Amino acid sequence: MTFFFQNLINALQWGSFYALIALGYSMVYGILMLFNFAHGDIFMVGAYIGFGVATGVTALASFGAIVLPKWLILVLTIIISMFLTSFVGMLVERLGYRPLREAPRASAAITGLMIGIILETGNLALLGAQRVRFPTLIKSETYNISGVFVTNKKIMIVVVSLMLMLALHQFVRRTKWGMAMRAMAFDFVVVPLMGVPINTIAAMTFAIGSALAAAAGILFGVAYPVLDPYMGIVFGWKAFVAAILGGRGSILGATLAGFLLGFLEIFVAMIFPSTLRDLIAYSIILLILTFRPHGFFGEPYSARLRL
Amino acid sequence: MNEAYGKIIGITHSIKRKVRSLFSEVPLLGWLFGMLIAVILERYVGEALAESLGLSKIPMLFGVVMMLKNPLMIPSTVLYLFTIFVLPISVVARLISGPANRVAAKLLDLPILISVIIHIGLLYAVLYLWSEASAYRVLTLKLTLIAVILTLSLNVVNGYMGEFSCSHPGFMALGAYAASVFTVVLFVDDKLFGHALLPAALAPFMFPIALIIGGIVAAFGALVIAIPSFRTRGDYLAIISLAFMFIVKSMIENLEVVGGPRGLSSQPDLASLPTVFIWTVACIWVTNNFVRSTMGKALNAVRDDEVAANAMTVNTRRTKITAFLFAAFWAGVAGGLFAHVLRYVNPGTFGLQKLAEVLAMVYFGGLNSVYGSIVGGVSLSMLGEALRPLEIFKWIIIPLLLILIMIYRPTGLVAFKEFNVGKLVMPKNKSDQRKSDGAASG
Repeated sequence: MTFFFQNLINALQWGSFYALIALGYSMVYGILMLFNFAHGDIFMVGAYIGFGVATGVTALASFGAIVLPKWLILVLTIIISMFLTSFVGMLVERLGYRPLREAPRASAAITGLMIGIILETGNLALLGAQRVRFPTLIKSETYNISGVFVTNKKIMIVVVSLMLMLALHQFVRRTKWGMAMRAMAFDFVVVPLMGVPINTIAAMTFAIGSALAAAAGILFGVAYPVLDPYMGIVFGWKAFVAAILGGRGSILGATLAGFLLGFLEIFVAMIFPSTLRDLIAYSIILLILTFRPHGFFGEPYSARLRL
Repeated sequence: MNEAYGKIIGITHSIKRKVRSLFSEVPLLGWLFGMLIAVILERYVGEALAESLGLSKIPMLFGVVMMLKNPLMIPSTVLYLFTIFVLPISVVARLISGPANRVAAKLLDLPILISVIIHIGLLYAVLYLWSEASAYRVLTLKLTLIAVILTLSLNVVNGYMGEFSCSHPGFMALGAYAASVFTVVLFVDDKLFGHALLPAALAPFMFPIALIIGGIVAAFGALVIAIPSFRTRGDYLAIISLAFMFIVKSMIENLEVVGGPRGLSSQPDLASLPTVFIWTVACIWVTNNFVRSTMGKALNAVRDDEVAANAMTVNTRRTKITAFLFAAFWAGVAGGLFAHVLRYVNPGTFGLQKLAEVLAMVYFGGLNSVYGSIVGGVSLSMLGEALRPLEIFKWIIIPLLLILIMIYRPTGLVAFKEFNVGKLVMPKNKSDQRKSDGAASG
């Protein structure tokens, strides 16, 4: 039983990464009906920006320019990096997706893939091929709760991700901007005619999605402090799977499916040899989609989707 | 200022028009003959010319590598390319355009197959003589031809049927492994599978069977995607196919029989240039006939409106399953060839990187078009080789190029263009054309 709870904690942690990234995919899909395939690499860029900010703030603090406790540095890092990464997201939208809004969706998908490759290679060209170490911002402490080992990092990661998701939910439900986004997701042809600025909303959606991806990147860096330029590829595609599994454009669905994917991967690795992880996890996803072809909360294929 | 600019535009336009009118009557036969002369020229005087121009060796891939490595070499490389390729091809093509037109018209009197075979034979002679200069050229050419097969087969699903299938690396892996296991078991003394069962002399004759087995295994794998595709399409199908790709890769990694993650090596050296060339031609021929058949039109109908197609008596299920099996078969064949060209495969090859590469080729070349697949496969794989000296900046330039193509031509370079072989081998000269038209109708 302790073994089960131990893995449950790990699964929650993995699931929060997937869910945070999947949210970005799902939101962009809801508004523009296309998947931002560069999103996984925005996650990577976010992690690197977080690395830069964390190193910079730590250096400032060590020179005595400002006196800050470590946890405050982490909070600052998350906030500043989310802010900076949102501009990367807006840039991607402006250069890569806005010119293609009327084009077939597959073309936009290719553009996204290519922007992703440019981000990876650009990073490689700027920082070189060696991996960087994310600075240690919080000291790892392990609590033993009746046999289950929980680190403070894991708790922090799950709590921060849940807070961010809740904040997003409140934003979408309660604010005027959120209402505009929901309206746009409902009908992106008519709502702009009502005076809702589609370009602003689209840019904002990319910004929010990228900020969440950046948060995921920093949390990932806290948990597994080695960053490399290609770390976004696998995460990005898996989160894409989660976003679809949850149902297109559904925020709740993306969150749940992200956690589900985390659970699947961790528990498959728990029961079977870990090399079978992908095989079994994706077979289960294939089965789910065969019997529920539109994900958990998605609507059936309709003429509304331009293909 | 504006006036001068206008004048320059005018001059370039008139030059363009003149060049076009100069070469408008050259048939394909003439161009092929010109290329033949050029490659023969390179074979005999290439080295001497390269030496006299100060180049260390003849430029392998049209000199791009040489120019990028050492910018000072640009003038001499360009001069080399001009004297060996541009000048002979254009002069010969122009000079023999009259006889070539007459020959092409004569050939059209015979069954069209003969004319096509002669054209393909000439093309093969050109490629053979060109690639004979080095092993590097042979390898690049083989990989390019395989890329064409792969692009074409993906275009059937993504272009003609309008799905977004991400499973092609998976099909390719299935084909590569099935064909490799077949040849390794039968013809190679190997650690994994023991002694060879048949003498190695039989291997070249059994190689087509190996490839077909690879294709059939891949087609069986495609059923996993084709059956869910009855109920869903678009993004969900993309995910199903993506999951399939991950599953295939993971499955092969876990199969210790075929070497697991270390991969499978020591395939016999069967994929020679003529073999790869013949398979590519066969793939283009079969695919072109397939997409122009009733079934091909049904594919387009399913893409444009599935419900309407169903109402118009198109059997959408049969159409979808045929398209998937067809595409997977050729992807499997391409995989088998790929495994025997490199003589080593490992599951890591057939991952997301390969997927991005194949998708890029399809969408760069053009959807719904055999021409487009040929253009996309050839240009991107050649570009990938030629830009090698730029190292990682290659992976900034190629994606940028693709983004620009997507923005200015969202469906690719030559999309929605029919590949009409009859028109291609026709004489370009007006009088001969009329004569052959009359012959064809009469």
